[in-house]
Amino acid sequence: MKKLFTLIISIGIGQMAFAQIDPKLLRAKPSDTAKNSLNMDAVYERPFIAVGKLPVSVGGYMEANWQYQGTEGISEGQQFQFRRMTLFVASTISKRIKFLSEIEFEPAEKEIAVEFAALDLELHPLLNLRGGMILNPIGAFNQNHDGPKWEFTDRPIAMTQMLPATWSSAGFGIYGKNYSGDWMLGYELYATSSFDDSIIANPENRTSLAASKRNPERFEEIASGQPLLTGKVAVRRNNIGELGLSYMGGVYNKWRSDGIVIDDKRRLNVFAIDFNTTLPKLKTFITAEWAWIRVDVPDTYSQQFGSRQMGGYMDIVQPVIKKTILGWQHSVVSLACRVEYVDWNVGKFRETGGNIGDELFSVMPGISFRPRQQTVLRFSYRKQWQKDILGNPAARTGAFQLGVSTYF
Amino acid sequence: MQKRLPIVLLSLMSLVAIMVSCEKIIPSSPKEDEILDGPVEGLSYEQLRRFALGDAAFNNEIFSPENGLGPGFVATSCGSCHAGDGKGHPFTTLVRFGQTDETGNKFLDQGGPQLQNRAIPGYKPEQIPSGATFSKFTPPANTGLGFLELVADADILAMADPQDLDNDGISGIPNYAILPTYVQAINNAIVLKGKYIHRFGKKAAAYNLLHQTVNAYNQDIGITSSFDPEDAYTRMVIDPEIPTLTVNNVVFYLQTLKAPMQRDAGNAEVETGRKLFEKINCSGCHKPTLKTGFSPVAALSNKEFHPYTDLLLHDMGPGLDDGYTEGSAKTSEWRTPPLWGLGLSMNSQGGSYHLLHDGRAKSIEEAVTLHGGEASASRNRFNQLSGAEKNAMLRFLESL
Repeated sequence: MKKLFTLIISIGIGQMAFAQIDPKLLRAKPSDTAKNSLNMDAVYERPFIAVGKLPVSVGGYMEANWQYQGTEGISEGQQFQFRRMTLFVASTISKRIKFLSEIEFEPAEKEIAVEFAALDLELHPLLNLRGGMILNPIGAFNQNHDGPKWEFTDRPIAMTQMLPATWSSAGFGIYGKNYSGDWMLGYELYATSSFDDSIIANPENRTSLAASKRNPERFEEIASGQPLLTGKVAVRRNNIGELGLSYMGGVYNKWRSDGIVIDDKRRLNVFAIDFNTTLPKLKTFITAEWAWIRVDVPDTYSQQFGSRQMGGYMDIVQPVIKKTILGWQHSVVSLACRVEYVDWNVGKFRETGGNIGDELFSVMPGISFRPRQQTVLRFSYRKQWQKDILGNPAARTGAFQLGVSTYF
Repeated sequence: MQKRLPIVLLSLMSLVAIMVSCEKIIPSSPKEDEILDGPVEGLSYEQLRRFALGDAAFNNEIFSPENGLGPGFVATSCGSCHAGDGKGHPFTTLVRFGQTDETGNKFLDQGGPQLQNRAIPGYKPEQIPSGATFSKFTPPANTGLGFLELVADADILAMADPQDLDNDGISGIPNYAILPTYVQAINNAIVLKGKYIHRFGKKAAAYNLLHQTVNAYNQDIGITSSFDPEDAYTRMVIDPEIPTLTVNNVVFYLQTLKAPMQRDAGNAEVETGRKLFEKINCSGCHKPTLKTGFSPVAALSNKEFHPYTDLLLHDMGPGLDDGYTEGSAKTSEWRTPPLWGLGLSMNSQGGSYHLLHDGRAKSIEEAVTLHGGEASASRNRFNQLSGAEKNAMLRFLESL
């Protein structure tokens, strides 16, 4: 009875509160997608809603889908999946001090994560301080990963299962941008919390940077006691595109305990290159990213855990219809295709000299419908070939996905 | 609004059509006879559920330092050594050392009998001690093991001919060894001076699938269990690192994996090869047909099957004598490996053959020609076959 009473009161108060908000005061601040910006701007290039003259604006996005997937004739059948819902809160504390946070709910992962929560302090357009929970600028996808921006339900495999997108860390750093005519140059440099031994000791049975995401202590304690350095330089020229070069590296393992040296220091180094452009006449959007990982794995461990990885993807999106469809003005239908490749273990077996497998190739054609820029309905079919570490005949996977994603 | 309706209806109908037909578009299953994994036909729902649990533990459970891996180890999971339940690769070939005769292993206090050649970060792997002889063992295929487990001791003994009374050059003896405390002898077990007939492993040194599984967890992955709580690295008794139920489920999984199925059995060349296989007396050791005794699992009980083994030890000559042995076997003696599934070996060995006990043979023909000892006569007859006859016999072996 008490619970029922509480529920009724809560609903009543909620409705009253809603009634008190004048919708005219809600100022939608759609992202300026036409403006030339860099991937590093993605955290702010989102549609926010501000209430009246409050300095706080809010936003978010959600992703859900239907999926039918099968490997070599074995399928778990049809699935409905709610991938994630993310809430943004941004605040302009003063003209040159901003705060932005991004909280992500992933029911399947039973995870509520503060993905981004950083204070930006502008000293000069070329020198801004950023501190808090940041998205390490390795590659482009880690910074620019919002579901509604993409034509596919699945995130790129190389960027999520090899690079650990989304990878956020506690730390501080600097960034800046400069414009000159058609040119735009940006840089970022951060020192943050780091990875741990789990990247070479995990249930994935392969070197996995993403395995460190399961360690909640990483936001309070660096296993190696030494920060992870991440840096990126990006350059854009209008009508050509954006090119980004990035690096992330540091000692990852716990080599000292209570002052006693218990292991060698071992490093990981990650290099990534990303590129995106829109072809001028066809308006074909192309985005691609490739990364190389080097991890110092002890020789006496197992080659199951590779010391080198590489992989990437390329998305090609071709708008084919731009008109009013079903009453939605300026809606767009696009054809898209993603090609991706990951080699989780680059190298040769010591025993045979033969190539180590553990690699994946995937092609994913799809079609998307955007009734407006911030909302996408998308359908795709994935065909994937994945080899085990021994290089045995590839397991073939097929997957249909029909999903929705929208900013709100 | 009227204009929109056909578009909406067409879109919805297309979606429904895709959702209905998607099952037919995803990659189809390989033919049943082209894969080794899968349950034996005729299991109940209850047994299939248990099979699935064992399958998950065998193939999906990965060990790391967090859940007990090592400190010394060979592989990080069962499935690492037996991809698709098939034969293993040199990457996961293990090394055993320290025993030269039936008096036992003299290097148990120096890490014997198995070398844990890898170690988790911060630890050193074992080295083969000075003076110890050793042998490399390529992981075998798992399929059909439940059938082999149920062959009666009396049937195994009936195939033995220690004195070679039939003068075919083939003797064949069982490996008698002492049972570990956690292993129960089967009904009607034949005992010789307190020792029991063992049948699994390259030297037939494992009594049954529980013995094999517990030993593999302990020696290959460094995982202690309630059956064998001694840590292979420190030699100390520690808490079990895997639930007893999981071990039992894995044993059940191995017991109920289907027997490999022959392909192209009706092909004329394959049939010619089969006849040659018998004619040159390869079947003297690689017995085509055995039968199971009673099993509470009806799908395994009193069944005839075709493994091409006699589960006995045979002297294979000096070429295959590594100077290492187990149980009562001599160093030159090896248990006849089952040939079923041979033709699918490359699918689990990375696209190449790695045959014989240590993977030294890179083709079936090379494996045949490396036979010696009791198999010398058959090998010589094989070498004298014409090219077409050899091809027919190899085709037959590939069909298994």
